[in-house]
Amino acid sequence: MVEIARRAATALSTPWLKVLPPAVRLAFNGDATAQRAALAVWGTPFPEDACRSNVHSTHASLWLGPDEYLMLDFAREPDAGALLAALENALAHVPHALVDVSHRQFALEVSGPFATTILSGACPLDLDMAAFPVGMCTRTVFAKADIVLWRRGSDTFHIEVWRSFSGYVTGVLQEIAAEFYPGR
Amino acid sequence: MSGRTASGGRIDRTKPLRFTFDGKTYRGFAGDSLASGLLANGVHLVGRSFKYHRPRGILAAGSEEPNALVTVSRDAARVTPNLRATQVELYDGLTAISQNRWPSLRLDLGRVNDVLSPFFPAGFYYKTFMWPKKAWKSLYEPIIRRAAGLGEAPTLPDPDRYAQRYAHCDVLVVGSGPAGIAAALAAAQSGARVLLCDEQPEFGGSLLGDNAATIDGEPALAWVERSLATLRANPRVTLLHRTTAFGYFPHNLIGLNERLTEHLQQPAVGQPRERLWQVRAAAVVIAAGAIERPLVFPGNDRPGILLAGAGQTYLNRYGVRVGSRAVIVTAADGAYQTALDLHAAGVTIAAIADVRPTATGALPEAARRAGIEVIPASTVLGTDGNLRVSRISLGRLENGSVRATQKCNCDVVLMSGGFTPSVHLFSQSRGKLAWSDALKCFVPGQSAENERSAGACRGIYDLEDALADGWSAGAAAAPEPGPQHATRRFVVETAIRSNDAYLGTLPLAEAPPRAKSFVDWQHDVTTKDLALATREGFQSIEHVKRFTTTGMATDQGKTSNLNAMAIVAQKLDVALPKVGLTTFRMPYTPVTFGSFAGISRGDLFDPLRTTPTHEWAAAKGAVFENVGLWKRARYFPRNGEDMHAAVARECVAVRQGCGVFDASTLGKIEVVGADAAEFMNRLYINNWTNLGIGRSRYGILCRDDGFIYDDGVVARLAADRFHVTTTTGGAPRVLAMMEDYRQTEWPQLKVWLTSTTEQWAVIAVQGPNARKVLEPLVSGIDISAAAMPHMSVERGAICGIPMLLFRVSFTGELGFEVNVPADYGAAVWEAIHAAGQPHGMVEYGTESMHVLRAEKGYIIVGQDTDGTVTPDDAGLTWAIGKTKPDFVGKRSLQRPSMNAANRKQLVGLRTKSPDIVLEEGAQVAAKQGQTPPMELIGHVTSSYASSVLGYPIALALVAGGRAKLGQTLYVPMPGGDLEVEVTSPVFYDPTGARING
Repeated sequence: MVEIARRAATALSTPWLKVLPPAVRLAFNGDATAQRAALAVWGTPFPEDACRSNVHSTHASLWLGPDEYLMLDFAREPDAGALLAALENALAHVPHALVDVSHRQFALEVSGPFATTILSGACPLDLDMAAFPVGMCTRTVFAKADIVLWRRGSDTFHIEVWRSFSGYVTGVLQEIAAEFYPGR
Repeated sequence: MSGRTASGGRIDRTKPLRFTFDGKTYRGFAGDSLASGLLANGVHLVGRSFKYHRPRGILAAGSEEPNALVTVSRDAARVTPNLRATQVELYDGLTAISQNRWPSLRLDLGRVNDVLSPFFPAGFYYKTFMWPKKAWKSLYEPIIRRAAGLGEAPTLPDPDRYAQRYAHCDVLVVGSGPAGIAAALAAAQSGARVLLCDEQPEFGGSLLGDNAATIDGEPALAWVERSLATLRANPRVTLLHRTTAFGYFPHNLIGLNERLTEHLQQPAVGQPRERLWQVRAAAVVIAAGAIERPLVFPGNDRPGILLAGAGQTYLNRYGVRVGSRAVIVTAADGAYQTALDLHAAGVTIAAIADVRPTATGALPEAARRAGIEVIPASTVLGTDGNLRVSRISLGRLENGSVRATQKCNCDVVLMSGGFTPSVHLFSQSRGKLAWSDALKCFVPGQSAENERSAGACRGIYDLEDALADGWSAGAAAAPEPGPQHATRRFVVETAIRSNDAYLGTLPLAEAPPRAKSFVDWQHDVTTKDLALATREGFQSIEHVKRFTTTGMATDQGKTSNLNAMAIVAQKLDVALPKVGLTTFRMPYTPVTFGSFAGISRGDLFDPLRTTPTHEWAAAKGAVFENVGLWKRARYFPRNGEDMHAAVARECVAVRQGCGVFDASTLGKIEVVGADAAEFMNRLYINNWTNLGIGRSRYGILCRDDGFIYDDGVVARLAADRFHVTTTTGGAPRVLAMMEDYRQTEWPQLKVWLTSTTEQWAVIAVQGPNARKVLEPLVSGIDISAAAMPHMSVERGAICGIPMLLFRVSFTGELGFEVNVPADYGAAVWEAIHAAGQPHGMVEYGTESMHVLRAEKGYIIVGQDTDGTVTPDDAGLTWAIGKTKPDFVGKRSLQRPSMNAANRKQLVGLRTKSPDIVLEEGAQVAAKQGQTPPMELIGHVTSSYASSVLGYPIALALVAGGRAKLGQTLYVPMPGGDLEVEVTSPVFYDPTGARING
């Protein structure tokens, strides 16, 4: 049998930009009843407030829309199959949708003293801490690509981007950052 | 002659520098503009005018400059034409040249236009070049195009980086003169996020050229310094200099253009040249100031004739005397301060010719006390001097008539017609302007946005009032809770000035003068042109503007518009506001294309989407094509094959052995929920309730007008889960349409949509050997013909990787589509490719895919359909779920016209001559030998050479086509009609035996 290696869409690492390791990602739709049922397995509450996130251990629940969440599992060896089966079992009699999108997108982390400045080079949102506090997440655009932007710290942002846009988004980020990190 | 003073000004005399203009080297200082550097060297002649090529000098000191347009270059790629010399900051080694002259600035042969000017008045182009009609393309247009335009754009790619940034603030203050600084101070005191921008290198606006005023007991510039220190110390305040607010867009989005390196001798590596800011401001304070209005008199455009305020700015800010013997012509008090400052600096003031009947008040009195001759009731009858003014002819207005009085020698004339508020941004914000009789200008009236004007840009010229006005505006603009001090008075000591202003032409002696009186310097529009426009019957300024081109130059008539309107109003004998007002358009001053383009160039112009097998395909030498934003392998040439040869080989290999094709770009949408089947039933034309789990079906989506919108294979993975595929380009719009119906039409359905396009790598394995290739790699599924028939779908594993396997074919051969999580796509592809080699497997691209599907008559939405094709037109009536009560498009499809027998229907075409491949898009005619206008009944949608069949094939939409099978039609081409036979669109394996193999 041939050895089948997993190949991420892009690989790079700089002091301010890195590609985060693979994770399990589930697109979850369901009302409060479904959320309660899923919580029994998932353990990380689904935020009621728009554009907010909850993080518990290696799990994160991100509000993306009414009754719409992105579930992230950053465990080192996550088992999407087992998690999906357990969740589907718990949700068996509740209207919901659960779709594995682990490979659809991947995560970038932009950090450092220029993080907000670099992101403001192509993202039209107000990233002031008062307007976009730590823990806030939203779908938005970065130049001509759709992204999910999630603030993990005052100077740390997590970006979810579809895999085929990886070259574009990292290219735009590096082009903008050249002003602040010359020679890289 | 050197105009440089011994001391004073804001230049750095410890940093001397050299620059060249038209190849000649001059000396200047850090802090000089190109204009002040040239004037310091006694150079007034800097350009030739646009139409008449008249010698022109520097008129102003700021961005309103109409004459001094120059080209500045660093190297062959960094050449910027049409820069205003007044805004170009000097650095050591700066190289500038003048424009619009040949062979040289001093001797310009284009000057012949000035002599011949009676032969091309305004509107000349519209009238003269009408005849003979043929001459337009060959003669007139090339000549006019060569004469039109100023400066030359560089031809090399721009090597610089242009940045962009989005910003948000509570209060954006545009302009850092006294009102702007006061507004920023007031807004910042309340803790608001403030952004203050100014187009100049230094903050301070009009105060930079004012040596006389004091604010709160200290010199005005000391107050500016202290205020800026306060603002800089506030982390909530952003200060941007060299930054022009060029455009006001809806909802308080303001465009700023920041110039970062233009002033540097050696920009740092990586440093962007410019930055485009898009600022979303909760409130805007416009403190754009006012522009001095020139006077209109014969010969008012000679080099050496400047705006009075410019003369003052060059002296006080740059330490430059603009001449040694000056005549001041004015209708306002401000020019007296210029006279006094120049007088104190050693310039002889030959006379102050005041247009007003009497010259009284503090400043005229001060001038008289200084021994300067003040002549009220004056007018100007003409000027002399070839490349520089040498003499001015003054007259006196007595009892309504003008009498020549004296000719006065001078080397500089400074003029002032009062001020015109800069209402450009206010007007761009859709605010309504109001006419002020007292100030003889338009001022901001009703606002359309959360915006306030403050200071001189709304006619408040007095320094003390402007400061108070700025403070109030800044305080009011700050968000709740409001500032501690809503109003504030500043104590200002400066000479009291009247608000007098002058409009239109100065009084003339009886005979109309031969010399031109310029209204618009940059477009060479004179009083005669405006008079001609009114004689031709134009009454609206919008029409006069287009006829004469007044105000249509790159300066947008900053110095000319009000005078032009006044002259038209006077000729028509109506009040000025009746002539109308021209529109102020962005940009306020020209903005480079680079600034707008920003990062969007080269590889970053658009996202360039690639699939997991992209690197493999590239290494194989694939030729790629753009499909939407995707790069897809088009064909894989071997041994120098061209596309034709590669495609011919790939197609035969697929039909005889097998091929592997990357279909990852196909759109994929997971439709999940208890009502998923009902949702699909309402949306697609097909019936979905009877689709079994583990089965798939070719689905068609129509718009509600009944025309085909998209298609694709839809699989039922579970009772409540459908895997919908779409066309590559259609994926986003199908998802958007689905979401639209889900959220707005059927919100009660329990169904949700998730795009999974990029979750899966899709590897199509097609051909009679497809099963043999896959069997050893697949586990958990029996893929035999009996266990896994055509259009079935199973979950299993391939090479140990979880897989969704479709038995599906877009080639007409036995086929599978392997779906694996995308991170594994490349490795699984390589494994399949290796396993396929003993079975004659080839990799094939989109071009072969197109040929293979056309041989089977499978349509491509967007190629064989064009938004006017119904399912029946495409021969797909069988797909319609006829028992369904409704689906999107059903009602439209029931209209009689949608079922007419003569609708264009999809058919096949075979050329009678076997070596001719029809052109896609070619028309189809029923009758032979027609001449235009021809009667045409259809067109070719797809056409290929078929290596498998050995003859060319084509698909076409032909009126009543299905009833014409076997008939001969004609495809008219430049070389004559091509005979074609109408056939079934299915050319290959019409019984479908192979697909079920």
